[in-house]
Amino acid sequence: MVESDFGQSGAQSSGKVFTVQEAIVVETEAGNAEASRLTAALQSLLVEKGLLFPNEVEQEIEKLDAPGVHLGARLVARAWVDERFKERLLADGKSAAAEFGMKIGEAQLIVVENTVREHNLIVCTLCSCYPRSLLGQPPTWYISKSYRARAVREPRDVLSEFGLDVPSDVRVRVHDSNADMRYLVLPLRPLGSEDLDEEALSRLVTRDSLIGAGLALAPPT
Amino acid sequence: MPRYNVSQMVEVLELNRPGHIRTPYYVRNRIGRVIQFCGAFLNPEDLSRGNAGGPVVECYRVEFLQIDLWPDYRGLPEDTLVIEIYEHWMKPVEGGPHHG
Repeated sequence: MVESDFGQSGAQSSGKVFTVQEAIVVETEAGNAEASRLTAALQSLLVEKGLLFPNEVEQEIEKLDAPGVHLGARLVARAWVDERFKERLLADGKSAAAEFGMKIGEAQLIVVENTVREHNLIVCTLCSCYPRSLLGQPPTWYISKSYRARAVREPRDVLSEFGLDVPSDVRVRVHDSNADMRYLVLPLRPLGSEDLDEEALSRLVTRDSLIGAGLALAPPT
Repeated sequence: MPRYNVSQMVEVLELNRPGHIRTPYYVRNRIGRVIQFCGAFLNPEDLSRGNAGGPVVECYRVEFLQIDLWPDYRGLPEDTLVIEIYEHWMKPVEGGPHHG
């Protein structure tokens, strides 16, 4: 995981009160530093006035984080073992997720399939659009200006910084999640995973593989 | 009713419009191919000004060859980029250089 190229990983930051600012802090412009000071001041004031409990912001963030990679991983694992489900998932991600009781809050979930000839990568160049109702909050690098600018312009270089050198016989297809759709990558099923059951398969699915910034993990030997 | 069909070639317009615009500069004046009709949605340009009363606008996924977007693109000639474009941001193209 070469997240450091895009800034710090802010995912595992619970325990700190002002987690919400980390998304802003990753940008270095003075305007964002200003915004983060404002946020901190506002939060302290609200706590001081008794309008906000000290851990209330944390709790709200946890609520936002309740969906997660595990949900996307279940969809992928099922698609790997059940061809009919895969067809439904690719045709209409939202309805396929509903079969698992997963409610997609966004208009549509478009699932794009990685194959031996094509690798898909998701980015939102304009802001931070991400299938949050399924996967929770995006990683910090996903919303960094560096990733947003470079993923569309030099996707192969970006992928190599993630440790993924896409071979020259594989087409790269970038999806700019700029408007109403949300996207999920169906990663390639790893070699050597033929004997694994659905549960074990789902553990091979990483967050980055669902964005296309990585591959699913190799099965444990 | 959607005005464009899947596989039709379109050019993204430069509307020079201020406000909350979801069409990034890098696809403006570029030619791509419609690959999917996504449905009709409230226009984010209206929503950003507090107008949630419509009308709705048709939205499409349009695919471009990367080499048509970035003259110095370093990947494969068949690498592509797919983006969502609202109908009022594009016009039909006859023929065109795009073959992806």
